[in-house]
Amino acid sequence: MHPAFSVIFLTTLIGAGQGLFMALVTGQVYSVAQLLEPQDSLSFYAMGSALAMVLLGLGLVAAVFHLGKPSYFFTRAWRGMSQWRTSWLSRELIALPAFMLLVVLYGLAHFAGLTEPLFVIKGVVPVDITLLLGLVGALFSIVLFVCTAMIYASVRFLQEWHSPLTVANFILFGLASGFTLAAAFSAWNGVALVGFFGVWAVIFTVLVAITRGFSMYRNGRIKHKSTLQTAIGVRHTKIKQRSMGFMGGSFNTREFFHGAGEGTVGFIRLFFIIGVFVIPLTLLGAANVLQSAYLPLLAFVAQYVGLLAERWYFFAEAKHPQNLYYQTVG
Amino acid sequence: MTQLALVIDLNVCVGCHACVTSCKEWNTSGIAGPMVDHRPYDPDPTGTFFNRVQMFEVGEYPNTETVHFPKSCLHCEEPPCVPVCPTGASYKREDNGVVLVDYDKCIGCKYCSWACPYGVRELDEQQKVMKKCTLCIDRITDERLPENERQPACVLACPTNARLYGDVHDPESEVSVTIRENGGYQLMPEWGTKPANHYLPRRKTRIQIFDDELERADNPLKKEAPLPAAEGETLDDVAY
Repeated sequence: MHPAFSVIFLTTLIGAGQGLFMALVTGQVYSVAQLLEPQDSLSFYAMGSALAMVLLGLGLVAAVFHLGKPSYFFTRAWRGMSQWRTSWLSRELIALPAFMLLVVLYGLAHFAGLTEPLFVIKGVVPVDITLLLGLVGALFSIVLFVCTAMIYASVRFLQEWHSPLTVANFILFGLASGFTLAAAFSAWNGVALVGFFGVWAVIFTVLVAITRGFSMYRNGRIKHKSTLQTAIGVRHTKIKQRSMGFMGGSFNTREFFHGAGEGTVGFIRLFFIIGVFVIPLTLLGAANVLQSAYLPLLAFVAQYVGLLAERWYFFAEAKHPQNLYYQTVG
Repeated sequence: MTQLALVIDLNVCVGCHACVTSCKEWNTSGIAGPMVDHRPYDPDPTGTFFNRVQMFEVGEYPNTETVHFPKSCLHCEEPPCVPVCPTGASYKREDNGVVLVDYDKCIGCKYCSWACPYGVRELDEQQKVMKKCTLCIDRITDERLPENERQPACVLACPTNARLYGDVHDPESEVSVTIRENGGYQLMPEWGTKPANHYLPRRKTRIQIFDDELERADNPLKKEAPLPAAEGETLDDVAY
């Protein structure tokens, strides 16, 4: 498949935004349970939500450029919410704005300081409106992760994507980058949660290294269902295309081929393995020792750039059966 | 229920591309807007087509065979491209089974093209909406046309009559009979998309003839050999 930069930026940006929001809520839940020091509503939770919104907003901008024309965002995209019964893309188009609304409400509630407990569970757990919004938002974040991933995992023709591993990867990549960003955000603000978010970021990064490793292993030895024999229905072991029917390119030759050489693909794979896994784990470990304000930020930047390469590779490794019909220019 | 479809006879197709050009001519002039060509006279031309004729070589030289292979939307009975569309622009007509795109609803997200294993959907470079074979829906449903012209442009154009058009759900239609009797098959059956379009395979016509069918055993013109009549009546004598 041809890696589209709009989709690469969309999925990585909203993934980090969702992960960051879930990190904030996790921090709040821990502090409600009195496992962590409570943080300042305004400077930590409201600002953190604003940061998550920036990422989600940038993701939305990237998504607009995936439409045929950006103007379709205003004139036609609303229809995209209509087919939620059958289309995961439609479900994402509902889940994304819903989640963004919850992030805004969560941020605003913290900004306005609405932290008076509404009720207290068993006399120990005070529940305020921000906690409720945070928990519902976290749920929607998971829903959005699943919708985004299922857009890819549900296309059965792309066998490299058609696997539960795709869903696991999308969720864990988002959480890893989001918690790394939360650690960077805490370090930058001098909040004492760097270690807490850093440990979770390391856990998620290691988990996604395992699931992504499995999916790369699976894709390396995948057996494609369609062959040239089934594509044209001729039973012969030696079939070769001599002409695809035209000399210039077409949508079929542009959309479904990444056009990069094997060396480039291999380099990008190595690049993302180092960028997503090796550098962040090293930097987060070093940050834990050195108490630096910059290292977690560097870890996030490295992981995000690595994730861009990972998403590029994700597209490049998927082989579409239609390519059987477009082998030979002629 | 009606399911309109094409049956393409690979035994007859000569790969002349008449269906490609007539398709483009009819549909680029139609109500749905042009099928745009970009850089048509430059080194790297590209454009929207609903129909392509490809060519495959089967076997190894010198035992090769050329298969001309016209490819357009197969109007699947379980179209995987339809349910993935987020806007409902992609749909299958209830009354005749033709899979269509509503160009006014399409947002050009290309997701339907990912969900088609046959690669028969093309994004128009100018309108930026997904386009595909309509089976000439504006032609086949136009009752002002004489009945024999209510057929897709490609079918009317084919000089060798390699393209048949009809209702594959009617067991007595020409297309159903030819699928049944001439070994019609579907492309990529492994995906369960149930394409409505069928292809007829390449067929060889061979008759088996034995030597004694060419020459009577007691042919009197064989002067040199002794007549077998000396050994009594032959089966041929009895039979006639």
